Amino acid sequence: MSTVFLALQTNEDTRPIIEAILQDNPSAVVDEQPAMVKINADGRLVVRRETIEELIGRDYDLQELQVNMITMSGNLDQTDDEITLFWKS
Amino acid sequence: MDMQVAKKKLGLKERYAVMTRGLDWTPSYQKMEDIYPYIAYEGIKIHDWDKWEDPFRLTMDAYWKYQAEKERKLYAIIDAFNQNNGHLNVTDARYVNTVKLFISGISPLEYVAHRGFAHAGRAFPGPGPRVACLMQSLDEIRHAQTQVHSISNYNKYYNGMHDFHHMHDRVWFLSVPKSFFDDAITAGPFEFMVSIGFSFEYVLTNLLFVPFVSGAAYNGDMGTMTFGFSAQSDEARHMTLGLEVIKFILEQDPANVPIVQRWIDKWTWRGYRVLTLVAMMMDYMLPKRTMSWKEAWEVYFEENGGALFKDLARYGITMPKCAEQIALEKDHLSHQAWSTFYNYAAAANFHTWMPDEDEMAWLSSKYPESFDKLYRPRYEFWREQAAKGNRFYNKTLPMLCQTCQIPMIFTEPGDATKICYREVDYKGDKYHFCSDHCKEIFEHEPEKYVQAWLPVHQIYQGNCFPEGTDPTVEGFDPLAAVLKYYNLEHGRDNLDFDISEDKKNFAEWRGQATKNI
Repeated sequence: MSTVFLALQTNEDTRPIIEAILQDNPSAVVDEQPAMVKINADGRLVVRRETIEELIGRDYDLQELQVNMITMSGNLDQTDDEITLFWKS
Repeated sequence: MDMQVAKKKLGLKERYAVMTRGLDWTPSYQKMEDIYPYIAYEGIKIHDWDKWEDPFRLTMDAYWKYQAEKERKLYAIIDAFNQNNGHLNVTDARYVNTVKLFISGISPLEYVAHRGFAHAGRAFPGPGPRVACLMQSLDEIRHAQTQVHSISNYNKYYNGMHDFHHMHDRVWFLSVPKSFFDDAITAGPFEFMVSIGFSFEYVLTNLLFVPFVSGAAYNGDMGTMTFGFSAQSDEARHMTLGLEVIKFILEQDPANVPIVQRWIDKWTWRGYRVLTLVAMMMDYMLPKRTMSWKEAWEVYFEENGGALFKDLARYGITMPKCAEQIALEKDHLSHQAWSTFYNYAAAANFHTWMPDEDEMAWLSSKYPESFDKLYRPRYEFWREQAAKGNRFYNKTLPMLCQTCQIPMIFTEPGDATKICYREVDYKGDKYHFCSDHCKEIFEHEPEKYVQAWLPVHQIYQGNCFPEGTDPTVEGFDPLAAVLKYYNLEHGRDNLDFDISEDKKNFAEWRGQATKNI
């Protein structure tokens, strides 16, 4: 399976998001680069709203992620509850 | 950021449908082909525009909200950077030359991209792509503006940035990025979307922004890092749009596949040639390196692009064939480019230098196949000559490739000791090319590329001197006249870093910032 990835700015907003991603995606691997964090996963990566809300203790709108995203790879699908990155093959 | 999340009356999917397709209407007293005149001639067949969906499902109301948040963050940091003399915290003043390259080579393209997406959005009958193009068009003008604002702080202290837009339209090497975008916006709306939206944004933009921005951060340039990241947060959306464009077009009709494949082949190569400037910046111009060009290419093109084209194989799309040649060039590209700029430093809007011993060691370790054998001896010779007072600035104008407009500096694929020349006779004239790929692009659309504004040809035709110049007077110095036309001051904006005002000023100012004088 090809690698999908999501890169986020390194800051206080993204720290709990990265933690949530690591909880929800067993294959996710963190690659820390200057001022950015790249999260690689095997074929599929899910960002779940509920996990983030549990960690930050408030309601969270996944569209907030727009502010801190740097780059990604893979097909994307976003709903109210999840952002999914995936390759079909 | 600690945003309040209002309870939504509609779910994301419904909201997206209402705010895109729900805003569209069918014209009753005008014909569709009169309203959308550019949609058919490229041969792309679209049967159902409603099949288009933005995977982020971003609507204009949410767009404004998040963009405003990005701007607040950005300007808070730019203010702090300026208030703290942030420019004195960069690794060394050589770094500022990457900023000069960026403002004169890249920022004007952001503005052209703004126009391009506005135009493409207007051309599409489907409300989904229209809304997505509107957002991207607004993003691109935001990028142009925030880059000008951030870099204006450097312009107060350093040379070569004072008239970047004037230079973008005139300076010889800046015709490379300029003509690339001009080529894209003069294509049809579908080709524009494949060229910029897909090939540039999805396949290649990571190579520009991620190493550049990470590099800025590594070199202590908080201002550039911040506008870079702010722009990059939009790029993630652009990339998604780029991939969506391709999938949408390919799913609409099998007859679209060969047309799209040709565009992907063409624009991957065109974009890659423009990235020559980025390769050189990464390997030579960042005093503190993040990764080599070769490593970045392997991660972001070979690995990531490989996954992408594997995914697109189900539509019958294959990896662009130029990838083979690019793989052969990755050990040479940045070295050949930097050598060229070192040669032509008298005619550029930034300074050049020879790598020091540590930097040579870094280059050897990153390029074990090529650097010590081919490029180190050349640099050592040039450094020796400069030390003896024989620094040679080349004033002979080079032959340019008709398609990419880069001087004919590249070597044969697989033989880095031989310059690659290709030529085509067309309607009684001879045209020159740097590669088989640039030649093929020309052969497919000769009527477009014969019109290229090639800086060297224009100089020889006398079109690049200030008004009223008489090139027939005795002792006429063409380079001096060309620099005046570029609005570059000889001895201040050009030549080697070692003898520059930038170097002298930076050392003095940094001294003042750390001592009580």
